[in-house]
Amino acid sequence: MIEVFQNPDVMAVIMLSLQVSTSAVLIGMLIGIPIGAMIGLYSFPGRKLVISLIYTMMGFPPVLIGVVVYLLLSRQGILGEWELLFTPTAMIIAQIVLVTPIITGLTLSAVYAKEKIFSETVQTLGGNRFHIIWELIKESRKGIWASVATAYGRAISEVGAVMLVGGNIEGHTRVMTTAIILETRKGNFEIGLVLGLVLLFISFVMNSFLMLGMLRGMQNGGKG
Amino acid sequence: MKRKISLTLIMSMVLVLLVTSAVGANAKTNPIYQKVAAEKEVILATTTSTQDSGLLDYMLPTFEKRFNVKVKVIAVGTGQAIQLGKDKNADVVLVHSRKAEDEFVRDGFGHKAHDVMYNQFLIVGPKNDPANIKSAKSAADAFKKIAGSNSKFISRGDDSGTHKKELSILSKAGIKPEGKWYVSAGQGMGETLRMGEEMGAYVLTDEATYLTNKTGLINLSPTDKDLFNPYGIIQVTGTKKPHTANELIWFFISPEGQSMINQFGRNQYGKNLFVPDAKRR
Repeated sequence: MIEVFQNPDVMAVIMLSLQVSTSAVLIGMLIGIPIGAMIGLYSFPGRKLVISLIYTMMGFPPVLIGVVVYLLLSRQGILGEWELLFTPTAMIIAQIVLVTPIITGLTLSAVYAKEKIFSETVQTLGGNRFHIIWELIKESRKGIWASVATAYGRAISEVGAVMLVGGNIEGHTRVMTTAIILETRKGNFEIGLVLGLVLLFISFVMNSFLMLGMLRGMQNGGKG
Repeated sequence: MKRKISLTLIMSMVLVLLVTSAVGANAKTNPIYQKVAAEKEVILATTTSTQDSGLLDYMLPTFEKRFNVKVKVIAVGTGQAIQLGKDKNADVVLVHSRKAEDEFVRDGFGHKAHDVMYNQFLIVGPKNDPANIKSAKSAADAFKKIAGSNSKFISRGDDSGTHKKELSILSKAGIKPEGKWYVSAGQGMGETLRMGEEMGAYVLTDEATYLTNKTGLINLSPTDKDLFNPYGIIQVTGTKKPHTANELIWFFISPEGQSMINQFGRNQYGKNLFVPDAKRR
């Protein structure tokens, strides 16, 4: 068990997993949280359709995302000139497509739940739009944090899409999930199991943060 | 002389007829059939090449119908197929890595090892052949050219039979599998070929997967016996399905199975993907 971690290749694989998923989730937050908040806050024509589209995208099979991104980045694809296929960037792109709808959808739900309480305050304040959205995001941070944790868990444990677009290249695009597949195929069940436990540990840490946030919220008299 | 030949021919025909009719008559009463049917299923651990080429889909239904038994195929790399046998999670292994197969038998994990068939490994690459391996004298020489010209080579890197073959050629050429030119994909043959096409790189592939997977890569192999690719079939020692395992091995090495192997792929690719060469080891 210990000697698995002393292997520099294993550490590189774990680090790349964290890098790819963290980048994807950060970008997904930048896109998803504002958009989710806007849709949750304002009604506009076609809002119902947009919401159902986002919810559909939340359940998009990751493997299908992988196929689509693969075809876009492939040499014959529209973005073939960028030569991104089989790079970490390609994996980040696929994971952004995976996590953004999740963050958007769950943020939307969280904001929408708070919006009813909030609308009166909005009307009295008048204030500028961005200030209102910012306040609302702060108010619904618990739900938003849950969306980020969910997205992170989905991203780091995803295997189909990163295998397709990353190609599992040693020292370049090999992450924990693809390494588990490979080591199991080689018959090295021990390394596969250890990496699986690391994955479990990471999602546990993510969820602990989430729980702590919730507990803090409760201590603040349920205002969080 | 002529008469002698025709006489032998007639005699052998009569013999074949006798044997086949005997088998036909015994099909229902032969206790072996009942024993096999009672075992219900058998697990065959094999390499992706036999599965992906379609050989097993072509051959196994005949066996399953005859014995009323199900053959469950687990297609993985040779490394994992051997491991499945060691862990007794499979009853028969059909793989292509002579060294690993011999160790498997020597360490008491398997017995009844037979040669079944062979085909060729190919070195394939982009049409423009940047490393000029067309002019290579041998497989080792081709690898030297690839490494020396800083073209890319994509390795399976998954402990498969093909990967093991590549490593043995590299060590023969005295090249270390590392550096900018060497990309280790850790994936199956089909995926590795597609990656080679995308990256304009060279790939060492088995002939069957290359013929069944259409890519833009072309065959640039030198003639070299190092690129010979023999497949072996072994019964796992201590299997709970000894009768079915035994019959399955016999099916692959019997004249019938061998002629099916010989036929396979001729219609679709204009040549057979595997050459039968059954032999007890």
